[in-house]
This record gives sequence, C-alpha cells and structure tokens, in this order.
Amino acid sequence: MALSGIQIYKMLPQTNCKECGFPTCLAFAMKLAAKQVELGSCPYVSEESKKQLAESAAPPIRLITLRANGTEIKVGNEVVMFRHEKTFYNKPGLFLRVKASDPDLAKKVAAADAYKVNYVGMDFTLDGYAIEADSDLSAAVKAVRDVTKRPLMLIANDVTLLDSSLGLLAGEGTLIYAGDSSNYESLADVAKKHKATLVIKSDSLDDLADLTQKVQAKGVEDMVLDLGGKNLGEWLTRSTQARRLALKSNFKPLGYPTIFFAAQNGVEKEAVYAAQAIAKYAGFVVLDTFAPEMIYPLLVLRENIYTDPQKPIQVQPGVYEINSPKPESPVLVTTNFSITYFAVANEVEGSGLPAWLVVTDAEGMSVLTAWAAGKFDAERIAKAIKGFNVADKVSKKRIVLPGHVAVLSGEVEEELPGWEVRVGPREAVDLPAFMKQALN
Amino acid sequence: MPIEIPKDKWPGSIKSITIGATSAEGGTRAKIITIGGGTTMPYLQFDAPVLSGDEAPNKPVIAIEIKSHKPEDWSPLLAEVWGEAMSDPAEWAKKAEEAGADLIVLALTVDDSAEDAVRVVKSVLSATGLPLIVWGPGQAEKDNELLVPVSEATKGEKLVLGICEDKNYRTIVATAMANGHLVQARAPMDVNLSKQLNILISDMGMPKDRILMDPTTGALGYGIEYGYSVMERLRLAALQGDAMTQFPMIVTPGFEAWKTKESKVGEGVPEAWGDWTARAINWETITATALVESGADIVVLRHPESVKRVKGAIEELITA
Repeated sequence: MALSGIQIYKMLPQTNCKECGFPTCLAFAMKLAAKQVELGSCPYVSEESKKQLAESAAPPIRLITLRANGTEIKVGNEVVMFRHEKTFYNKPGLFLRVKASDPDLAKKVAAADAYKVNYVGMDFTLDGYAIEADSDLSAAVKAVRDVTKRPLMLIANDVTLLDSSLGLLAGEGTLIYAGDSSNYESLADVAKKHKATLVIKSDSLDDLADLTQKVQAKGVEDMVLDLGGKNLGEWLTRSTQARRLALKSNFKPLGYPTIFFAAQNGVEKEAVYAAQAIAKYAGFVVLDTFAPEMIYPLLVLRENIYTDPQKPIQVQPGVYEINSPKPESPVLVTTNFSITYFAVANEVEGSGLPAWLVVTDAEGMSVLTAWAAGKFDAERIAKAIKGFNVADKVSKKRIVLPGHVAVLSGEVEEELPGWEVRVGPREAVDLPAFMKQALN
Repeated sequence: MPIEIPKDKWPGSIKSITIGATSAEGGTRAKIITIGGGTTMPYLQFDAPVLSGDEAPNKPVIAIEIKSHKPEDWSPLLAEVWGEAMSDPAEWAKKAEEAGADLIVLALTVDDSAEDAVRVVKSVLSATGLPLIVWGPGQAEKDNELLVPVSEATKGEKLVLGICEDKNYRTIVATAMANGHLVQARAPMDVNLSKQLNILISDMGMPKDRILMDPTTGALGYGIEYGYSVMERLRLAALQGDAMTQFPMIVTPGFEAWKTKESKVGEGVPEAWGDWTARAINWETITATALVESGADIVVLRHPESVKRVKGAIEELITA
C-alpha cells in the first residue's frame, strides 16, 4: 500500500533545508505521496529510508512484460478492485494454446495471427501463443516463430527441453508454464538464465505465497500465478483474495498477475470462463479454440472493462460527411458517444447513401443516457445545427432525430423554425432501410 | 505459512424478495421464486459468516422474454429457435419453461387492447406454473391502459409489473399496491437516479419487499461498462447500508444484446465476426455473464442456448 504524506515525512530528515525546492520537508513528503516528485531530489535522505520508500513505491501487483521481436504485452500494475474506483490499466493478454504435436501447427498459428477485428475504429488481435510440449518443443517453437512475431508461452515440465527451446528465443521475454512445489528450483534456474517469466502454480494461496518467495530467493523476479480452482466460483474467490492481499495488505508474495485457462472444463464453457477471467482480474487468458465468433466478443468485453470510467470515449462534435453528401442529402443527428457515433456512421456508410451526420456535444453519452441526463435536448440539437452552420450546406432543411428521442421533435421544430423534423429509427442498424424508404 | 485473507465486513444486505404466489398464498403459481438476500459482493461468500437455510443468499435466476404478439423485429435466429410458438404466447411460455426459465417475462405490445392484455396474461398463467413479470409496451399511456386491468384481473398472483420509470410510475405502483403485485423500477444507468426512483416509489407506500431495481444495461460493445459499474456501485451502496439501494436487481441483457448488429445481422458483416449464430449467442451469454458478475439477481434472456450457459455459470458461482 502506498504510504501517506505523513508516513513519508517521518522518514525524511525533517530539517526543512529547502534544497529539494520545497519550503518544508512536509510539503516535499506530500508531493512524494502524490508521486509528483522523485525522492532523489532530497540530498540528505538516509539509505534506510530510501529502501523503505522504494519498497512502498513498488506497484502492489508487479508489471510483467512479455516481449517478442517487435511486439510486447504488459499486464499487472493494477491498483483497484472495482473499475469505478479509478480504472483497470493493463488489459489481460489473450493467448491461444496449440500443441507442439499438431501437424497443422504453423498453419493454425498463421491463421490466428492474421486475425484482426475492428471495433469503434480500433483494431484488435490476439496477443500471443502458448505452445504445449507434447512432442518436439524446439521444432514447434521454430515453426511458430516463423509465422508470428507475437510473444510466446511454453508449456513443459522438462527443463532440458525448455532450456533448448528458450535458447531459440534469445532476447525475447517468454512465459514458462509452470513451476510447482516439485520442480520450482530447476524451472527458476532456467527462467533466470533466459530472463523468462515463470508461472507458479498451486491449488492453495498459502503454498503459492511460499513458492513465490522461494523462487524470488533464487533470483527470479518476474512471476505469474496460476491459482487453480475447480470451477468459476472457486476461481473468482481466489482471484479476488489474491488481488485483495496484494492491493489492501500489500502482500508481496502474491503481488503478481494471474493466468487462467478458459477451456479447462470444456470448450463449451470457454467463452463464459474467459469472460469472467477478463472481468475479474486475470493477467493472461489462455484459449484453446480459435473461433472469431468467440474471440471478437471477448476482445470487445476486454476493451469495455478496461475503458477508463472517468473518460467516456468520445468523438469530436461537428458535421461529418458520409458518402460525399450533396446539398439535398439528409441531415442525421446523434450524440458524440463514440460507440453511438460509430454505430450510426458505419450503418450509413454501409448503406452507400450520402448523408450529413451532425454529432452534438452530449458529453460523451449515448442518445438515451444523454437525453435522460439533459445533455441531448432540443436546445442542444438546435445549437449544434446553428453552430455548425448546417443550413449553409444543405438545400433541404430537414433533420432526422434518433427514434429514442421522438418526444423532442416538437421542441426541436420550435427551436429551429423553417426546418422539417423527422423521427428516424431507434437503432442504428435500421437506418439504411429508413433512409431508403422514408427519406426520398 | 497461513495467510490472513482481508475480509470486507458489510453492515447492509440485499432484501430477499419473493415473486409469485401459490394457491395457499392466494395465487395460482406452481413455483415461486425468491431472490436477493446477498450479504457480500457477488459470490464472495468468504466475506460473510456462514449462512444457511432462510438466511443464505438466493441464487440469481433467469427469465425468458416472450411477447403477446409475434415480434417482427427480432433476429431471425430467435424466430428460428422458437418457431411457431412465437405466435402463441401460452405455447411460447411453455417452451420457455422447458428451456430452463425460472420465470417468464411477458411483454405486451401497443397493438394489444386492455381485453387482449388480460386474456394473454391469463393464458400464459394457465400455460405455465412459473412466476410472471408483465411489461407494458413502454409508452406511458398505453402501459397504464394495459397494466391496470391486468393487475386487477390477476390480484394476488404477486406478478412483477413494469416498467416503472421516473416519467411514469404512479399508476403502475398504485395498481400493484392495490392488487398485491411487485414493480420493476428502471432508471437510466445512474446510481442516484435509481435511488431517487426507489424513494419515490417507497414514498407512495409500496412495501420494500415488492420493488425490483432495474439499473438498465447496455449490450457488450454498446455501453455495458456503464451498466456494469453502476451495478457494482449500487451493490456496494446497499452493503454499506443505504436502504434505498437494497433491492434485488433485474437487467435485460437479452433485449440489449439482440438489438446489436452483431446479433441481428448475418450478412454483409466483417468476416472477423465469425459464425453468426454462435456470435449472437456469445453476445447474449457474455453480456449476461458480466452482469451476473456485477450483481444481477434476475437476467432476462431470449435464446435457450444462452439460458443454458448462463445457468451453468450461476451454478458454478454459488457452489464455490
């Protein structure tokens, strides 16, 4: 847990020498607590205090970076239990597990690696591959490395095998699965030698904490936890407990990201298992099935859960031209919540019909939410139409309101004399049909 | 070395609420449902003293949504799975019960007259022994026109009537109070607005064990994160002792997920979206799973396969 300003003050020289640039040691301590200055600005702080302060400044959940040639994924470094308390920072890595013995290994990985899906203007992909050593691991690693530049995870118990395979991945940050009470010593050695991150596995948090301390004593700092658990409920309990211990008790032995295998109880449960893991603190989620119809919703869920709740994703208010509109093209109105904007813009674009899309400043809220909050009313709509000089662009003064705010049409007519106000469909998906049928 | 797990101790809890009445209680339901009773954040039983019997928190339940008339705007995938039953609410309700519903949501439409509405509600009550939630079409005047006679004709059944919103709740609450029903109180994804509506409804004299709170949700990809966090915050407020947030939560992931393009449209969409049917079911299932994790007590779904999967998830969550 981060120290308070007062706690930090007690560790400072308390001489108010001002050499740090602040009038008092207390003022400096407050700035330190807010992480706005570096401890190095104090020339007189003791070595002992330095050590203690460095420990308290270390993130409660260690930041783990897996790296390949050119791509990397960072997980951990989280600070809250619930996203509304601040935000969740580092999205869990989605890895696809493949077997070394799979004759179609390279083909499968290449196909998964080419996968890319667009969601509200962002391209999402998988983050890496887990290779299970059920036959020649080195050959599999070579084959996979030929077709992907993403980070890898190696699943094997044989240290010699791991050693030689990791040798093929020099310079990368790879994940090894997994050290337990029987093999942690040799796996820690190989992880240290190759600067790899080691998964530590146990069915009990007590044992897990013992193991991570032993592995750390052998010189390995980068670890990931496999918490075990026989079903969704057990995993949720353990994941919550580990996160609480790290965040609330500053319990370092469990201050690492976790890994979760989504298909452990069958591929029919994979989507639901992965969904819980994404919402409830997993650092890495391993999938067994490469199915776009499952991966797309999971990537979207991950994006939604890890969106900063303090900053609604918005687009710039203004007039957007879709399919090269002409003066007689219709004027559609919506809000500046980016999901709303993209839903509307994509539909109109897909319809091939030209339109002027007026995006009002609704403080980043969707149509219904903004309307309920008084951020999308007749006045704001009229202000946008006037402020963006829409009348100068069109020959036909006719605007289309979203169906959800049909009740506003009377007021909008009053606010915008000379304009015809039409009510469109409630959902963006119905816009093309509406534009074809009703707007001729 | 045994670790001491930090525990969250909460002074408050979610109210236990029962929907439906058996013949002994003045209704005709073969089965009644009790929800709520939670004393921790969802499924974190290690935080609470061991509870058993009547004190144990009740598991979340699944409602299947049916309509009084065959909906023309639903995804063809839903039309395919429910088939002919969609034209007959009684038949549809039976099929929903077979599909694993714990209760039925019957949504009336603007095309119903008051007589139609009463007839349809009665036919559904005869067709299934499950508790029933009845929604008006969502237009204030029409809601009142249909729900009042429905409420009177089913006195004592302990239905849930909805949907109450700040623009229109008085008539629905009054008739629910007079006839022994419950109400569903919906506010648009905002902790304070939810709380305010609950206060208004309580102030009318509605007993606190007859209010369900509907915080509204968005589908996966369409604002689910707002609903998700509002639900977590409502649950936290309830546990901290705020009496006006201690009502069980009902949410409608089926309605939300099935109006997204991802579920509705099979052609002309990006290849990266994958198989249509599987994607649509995943969209509903994943939306619902996230909401169950954030504290939903009733999730209203539309596809039988989603019902099966979300039920499976709930079973695993409560048996940890």
